Amino acid sequence: MSGQVFHPGHEELHGVTVVVEGASGYTWVGRYHERTDRGVVLHDVAVHDPATASHPRQAWIARLLKFGVRVDAKHLVIPTPETLRITRLTEFDAGS
Amino acid sequence: MPYAEMMVKPMREEVSRLGVTELRTVAEVDAALGPGEGTVLVFVNSVCGCAAGAARPALALALQHTVKPQHLYTVFAGQDLDAAARARSYFADYQPSSPSVALVRDGEVVHFVHRHMIEGRGPQAIAADLVAVFDKHCSPQGAARNE
Repeated sequence: MSGQVFHPGHEELHGVTVVVEGASGYTWVGRYHERTDRGVVLHDVAVHDPATASHPRQAWIARLLKFGVRVDAKHLVIPTPETLRITRLTEFDAGS
Repeated sequence: MPYAEMMVKPMREEVSRLGVTELRTVAEVDAALGPGEGTVLVFVNSVCGCAAGAARPALALALQHTVKPQHLYTVFAGQDLDAAARARSYFADYQPSSPSVALVRDGEVVHFVHRHMIEGRGPQAIAADLVAVFDKHCSPQGAARNE
């Protein structure tokens, strides 16, 4: 384990800003809270919908890295079947 | 909703004892961050774990460096709501997060450390980044005036 767990008893990613890539093509960036039976719970979430976004995902992520996460939803649950991959924002390779 | 002041007081003092001036009102923020020259660091303090475990210790380490901003200020997010909001208006291009650190030079934000750049990292790594930023943007003359 490389990181600090902010609150003992939680998962390593608890409290960490992550990128969740969805099977639908959506991407979410938010603070990871926990994984439940319903899915991944995120707080303070920015949402990228490829159908409506003004920028491609790579540019959107780059902007988030520089200017911070613009919150579209205070809390979200990403259903487990939708969740393809979870990566720390600072480690995310937008070209992958 | 703000926490009880008795809980937050040690978190304030951990920063203020570094020589960082706490801004608790809109008027204090405007007086400190209004038009002016020089380098200004604004530390957005927070009750969260990454402020306690990483950001505040990192700030303490970074401020041991000989080169540092001329003016050092802090606001407390979630506690001094109006003051924090006003401070953030001076770096409005950047989304609010806490803890965070803004470095302003001659009225322009030249570097911003978001919460996502703090989470899960140790104080030494964050401090090393801050020191590199100080070396890049803060003149030795600024450091001398700050001592």
